[in-house]
Amino acid sequence: MAEHLLEVEDLHTVFPTRDGTVKAVDGVSFHLDPGETLGIVGESGSGKSVTVLSVMRLLQRPGRIARGKILYKGRDLAQASNTEMQEIRGEEIAMIFQDPMTSLNPVFKTGWQVGEPLQLHKQFDAKKALKEAIGFLQKVGIPEPEKRAQQYPHEFSGGMRQRAMIAMGLSTGPSVLIADEPTTALDVTIQAQILDLLRKVNHDFGTATILITHNLGVVAGMCERVMVMYAGRVVEQGPTEDVFANPKHPYTWALLRSIPRLDAEEHEPLRAIEGLPPDLINLPSGCPFHPRCPFRIDRCIREVPPLEPVGPTQLAACWVTQAGRDLDAAAV
Amino acid sequence: MAQAATPAKPKLTRAWTAADPILEVRGLQTYFPVTAGILQRTVAHVRAVDGVDLTIKQGETLGLVGESGCGKTTLGRSILRLIEPTAGQVLFKGEDLTRFGAGEMRRVRRDMAMIFQDPYASLDPRQTVGDIVGEPLDIHHLYTNKKQRTERVSELLRVVGLNPSFNNRYPHEFSGGQRQRIGIARALAVDPSFIVCDEPISALDVSIQAQIINLLERLQDQFNLTYLFIAHDLSVVKHISDRIAVMYLGKVVELAPAGELYRNPKHPYTGSLLSAIPIPDPRVERGRQRIILKGDVPSPVNPPSGCRFRTRCFKAQEKCAQEVPPLDTVHLDGHEAACFFPLEAGER
Repeated sequence: MAEHLLEVEDLHTVFPTRDGTVKAVDGVSFHLDPGETLGIVGESGSGKSVTVLSVMRLLQRPGRIARGKILYKGRDLAQASNTEMQEIRGEEIAMIFQDPMTSLNPVFKTGWQVGEPLQLHKQFDAKKALKEAIGFLQKVGIPEPEKRAQQYPHEFSGGMRQRAMIAMGLSTGPSVLIADEPTTALDVTIQAQILDLLRKVNHDFGTATILITHNLGVVAGMCERVMVMYAGRVVEQGPTEDVFANPKHPYTWALLRSIPRLDAEEHEPLRAIEGLPPDLINLPSGCPFHPRCPFRIDRCIREVPPLEPVGPTQLAACWVTQAGRDLDAAAV
Repeated sequence: MAQAATPAKPKLTRAWTAADPILEVRGLQTYFPVTAGILQRTVAHVRAVDGVDLTIKQGETLGLVGESGCGKTTLGRSILRLIEPTAGQVLFKGEDLTRFGAGEMRRVRRDMAMIFQDPYASLDPRQTVGDIVGEPLDIHHLYTNKKQRTERVSELLRVVGLNPSFNNRYPHEFSGGQRQRIGIARALAVDPSFIVCDEPISALDVSIQAQIINLLERLQDQFNLTYLFIAHDLSVVKHISDRIAVMYLGKVVELAPAGELYRNPKHPYTGSLLSAIPIPDPRVERGRQRIILKGDVPSPVNPPSGCRFRTRCFKAQEKCAQEVPPLDTVHLDGHEAACFFPLEAGER
């Protein structure tokens, strides 16, 4: 079996609360190969962020990994010590967040912060780290990088801060870049700039990218592969093109039909998904999507469908499509 | 309000009829003072809305798009006088709201309402759903006895797809989408003809957004509502609107019917907005040409001279720095754009 760069196996992450245990990630498995772009889509509470925070071992207490393996280059990060994780986070897997202001320290100059990983992990002295940092600020498209490096984060706009975060993440030459909703807080024209930059980073540095987003359009334009999450589980996975053209899970199918498309020719009413996202403490029996699913059969209420191949390239956790039914045909 | 600064306005020559535009905004400006020093003297102004003209027909949805800081929310609130405009006129059913006192405003507010972006912040957590929805009824004395009020609240909850038995519950017991429905029920309470919807779905989960969009469309048909629909997401605005106004730094830069704006954008800013919006189809995305704009939106305190977009525009020339292009610089059938060097067909 070929080894993947990152392989997550049956990950379970739980948050004990007064009202019960929240199963934020409930048996998630996926892999990432060198240089590829993987999109993770889902709504708030679907477990997409908690999945990658588990990989980075950055879970907020009382959240913890209950079971599962996170194999990075053959090492299980779920079992790694804090010291090992610091090394991994600094040099191997970088992460950028939705709100770059909260990830930058307001009291340090931006150039110094961008170069800090080099001081910590590559033993650069301050001067050399700053010089490298300026180089990276330039690479991510920050004009006047020498001047900008001497400024504090509050002097940067949202888009510029996100660029600085990307520069910081890239400085140590990681193999994986995880971007958690990197453009959600940004305006569309700035979003386009940042997505363009992420494409360039993936292309020029060969950094494998995991892009987490709720925006299906962003995935369509950025990712080779996509995995769709719902209620802490992966419900569908496959090449982006196949998943969008021919979704094999009713949630993916319904989501794609519920969003207005800019290039729609005529005004057609949107097909809304009825009901609400599930309560993670009291998940519905069987398939967690069954109460909202227009294709539901009896089995969906009783048994949880496993994620299995449906068609040549896709995986889907759905009894209906696993039994060979076509969603488009069934919908009419 | 800044009555003194406003020049004398022409008197209306004839009475408003239902065939006339329900809303006419003329030369609307809303400035916010920037103060400094211990005396808090005004040193500059944020020109949030800087000379906007708009017309909305009865039963129409006018979409208002733009990026954060472009003034779209301020414009919506200035129209309802939730923020006092600095200058200009807002004619609602032929009456100039900017000249009204508090009593007259209360009267016209029975005919207009607002739906807010954040269904978490815009509902009082200590009020029950029944009181939230019933409050406008109290303020405007829209019932004669308790039973009438209860019935009206139940009816409103039913209209927005909520169970009337929820009226004794509190907002925290509801999800985001349900809270937005409560906000919509409250807006409908006064039986308005005009509603400003300010980013009504931006805070909602993707799978819930379509429910609210469909609800707003159904209510429009049912009650013959007129919407000013403010949002940053052009795909949503295009879906729901009859016409779209694009704002940039306090000014409307393009105004066109929704389909026309998408097919034939004239202002380079509109073109770049359209090209920046991702389309959920990998095959379409792969072949798309993108205009990636340089830089950020300039400060509205000190906007660029001439055309405000020129600092980021890929078509800007000398003239753009010297003259302000009026909205009718490009003038097609029902389509206007404030640009000296508009996009050619297919150029984006």
